[in-house]
Amino acid sequence: MERRLLSGDEAVAAAALDAGVHLGTGYPGTPSTEILEAFDALGGRAQWAPNEKVALEVGLGAAFGGARALVTMKHVGVNVAADPLFTAAYTGVSGGLVVVAADDPGMASSQNEQDSRRYAVAAGLPCLEPSDSQEAYDLLLAAFELSGRWQLPVLFRMTTRVCHGKSIVTRRAPVTPAAPAFRRDIPGRVMIPAYARPAHVRLRQKLKALSAFADGSPLNVWREGSAALGVIATGVAARHAREAAPHAALLELKTIHPLPLEKLRAFAASVDRCVVVEEGDPIVAEACLAAGIRVEGKGEPFRFGELDVERVRRILTRDDGPEAPLPRGKPPQLCEACPYHPVYATLRKLDCIVAGDIGCYTLGVLPPYQGMDTCVAMGASLGVGLGLRHVLPEADARRVVSLIGDSTFVHTGLNGLVEMIYNPPATGHVLIVLDNGTTAMTGQQEHPGTGRRLDHQATTRLSIEGLARALGVPNVDVVDPVADPAGFEALLSDRLARRQLSVIVSRRPCILAAADIRGYERQNAASAAACAACKEG
Amino acid sequence: MPAPVVNVVFAGLGGQGAIKASDILADAAFRAGFDVKKAEVHGMSQRGGSVTSDVRYGAEVLSPMIPRGQADFLVVLEPSEIEVNRPNLKAGGVLIPPDAVAEAALPNRRSLNVALLGALAARLDLADEHWLAAIRAALPERLHELNEKAFRLGKGSVP
Repeated sequence: MERRLLSGDEAVAAAALDAGVHLGTGYPGTPSTEILEAFDALGGRAQWAPNEKVALEVGLGAAFGGARALVTMKHVGVNVAADPLFTAAYTGVSGGLVVVAADDPGMASSQNEQDSRRYAVAAGLPCLEPSDSQEAYDLLLAAFELSGRWQLPVLFRMTTRVCHGKSIVTRRAPVTPAAPAFRRDIPGRVMIPAYARPAHVRLRQKLKALSAFADGSPLNVWREGSAALGVIATGVAARHAREAAPHAALLELKTIHPLPLEKLRAFAASVDRCVVVEEGDPIVAEACLAAGIRVEGKGEPFRFGELDVERVRRILTRDDGPEAPLPRGKPPQLCEACPYHPVYATLRKLDCIVAGDIGCYTLGVLPPYQGMDTCVAMGASLGVGLGLRHVLPEADARRVVSLIGDSTFVHTGLNGLVEMIYNPPATGHVLIVLDNGTTAMTGQQEHPGTGRRLDHQATTRLSIEGLARALGVPNVDVVDPVADPAGFEALLSDRLARRQLSVIVSRRPCILAAADIRGYERQNAASAAACAACKEG
Repeated sequence: MPAPVVNVVFAGLGGQGAIKASDILADAAFRAGFDVKKAEVHGMSQRGGSVTSDVRYGAEVLSPMIPRGQADFLVVLEPSEIEVNRPNLKAGGVLIPPDAVAEAALPNRRSLNVALLGALAARLDLADEHWLAAIRAALPERLHELNEKAFRLGKGSVP
């Protein structure tokens, strides 16, 4: 088969195609975004969902229907999808369901460095973790086989270096899975307590069997080496470990949950000293210690940030001393011609308290504006802003503004808007939606508000202002802050002075995306015209 | 490392083509039959921040990240990024700074990344056919001639 140099994300997409995945869905999030884009480019059926919870539910429905479904998200997206994820472990699936959780140790582009492997343990899902692109390819195929065989969703943990790193991949012959078909299974799919109780027992039985499977699985690679030192390593850290300690015995773990405890026990017993090297939380080390397996975990400093060859060397020599700081280059900033500049200038001038959100515009927190007072989670600007309004003294409450991007608004800001009209603060509230017509931060992906699907084809456009009006928000305005900055300032001042609810949609395309957006719109208009002409004929 | 691996760090600011240059080197080495790994972090970097990308090639490459102080070459597209990245170079490693190629001679300022690849190519053992194939594969056809010119200019700049 053809060998190609692929990123881990591209390798996952290629594997999805070769595994016969019927549907790929997800929400953009660094470092996972490129998977669905590459799957689409290869001819797979890929679509963006408004958020990760919906994506997982769509994938679950497809897998209930006997299809193979791939759902992609970044680590924090798993939090959004966690509700269906836990119960999907009970219901199981008929076809195959693999959920990619892309972690970001070191937070290259994230608000935290949570470890998604904890979700596999908490929900009771099998979890695989690759160390490079070839393994991303091979293990994704294995994940679908596992999912089909055990009728469980599989969590596929990746990290930034594996997602964005490139290495050589050889593909295998594609397979054609069974065609989707509905088979009624009410006790297996309807999780009322009477059906959920036996479902939980079934899940634990499957995990027990999976544990035995993991012990015998060739996916975990045992490399013989010196009896003096053994290293148990996961993900990309296994590659660092081979370089840092070429003579050590090495157990490269790919089945992260359930763990191959007997193999781990045998490996640890075969060496004088056994060290676990893993990025993120010390999950494997803790599990080994809890099972009475004699291993050393990494020192506390290595819970933070990414690992590399030097840091692995330090873990192996128990050197927890101060490390040389990483080089500090130029931080990212709002683009010079970003349409958000006048918005931040106005927020500063009016001395607003800004409950912010997640996207490019979060960069407005940096000087010169320092234009954001909180940023916690996707969609949190609404709830946090409302909470501040409810409790602050009136003079301060009236300065509070919620600030959110268009894609983030559709993701989970919508729920907050419902809260705003349901429990309006006494001083009213002002929501500014920064609508630049794209999911800019992750590389300009489409979302329901753009009116275009993942492949940029036209679909129904969600109207943010229409939605706000339909919900009964009394003041809804759409403005272009670049064309009329004075008008924007006058409008915001007026809305802050009212004891009412206001939504201001600040609409101006992202300067990086504007030319592409015009191109998509031209193309879609031409297709629509051709379609109309054909119907008339 | 069982066999020697060539380590090249690319550095610049978002939008300057540092990642594109690292892609072209990785592809050229791949075409020449080497094992290759490339590691980078992008995301926030799209907003004009610092960008670095590591390319390693040889008989077998293990970690995708170049250990600090082990880069054989450091290719920098932005003057302000030289000093922060200098610790990546090993003793005796070669810095290829942005002024390694005379900007005035470039067919286009945007082709500096490919011109610096030319200056790098003069010091590596990868055949021109692999470089040119990688450049063509990475860029749209209308930019091929311009970038091949930039590559040759960069290669010719090394005495």
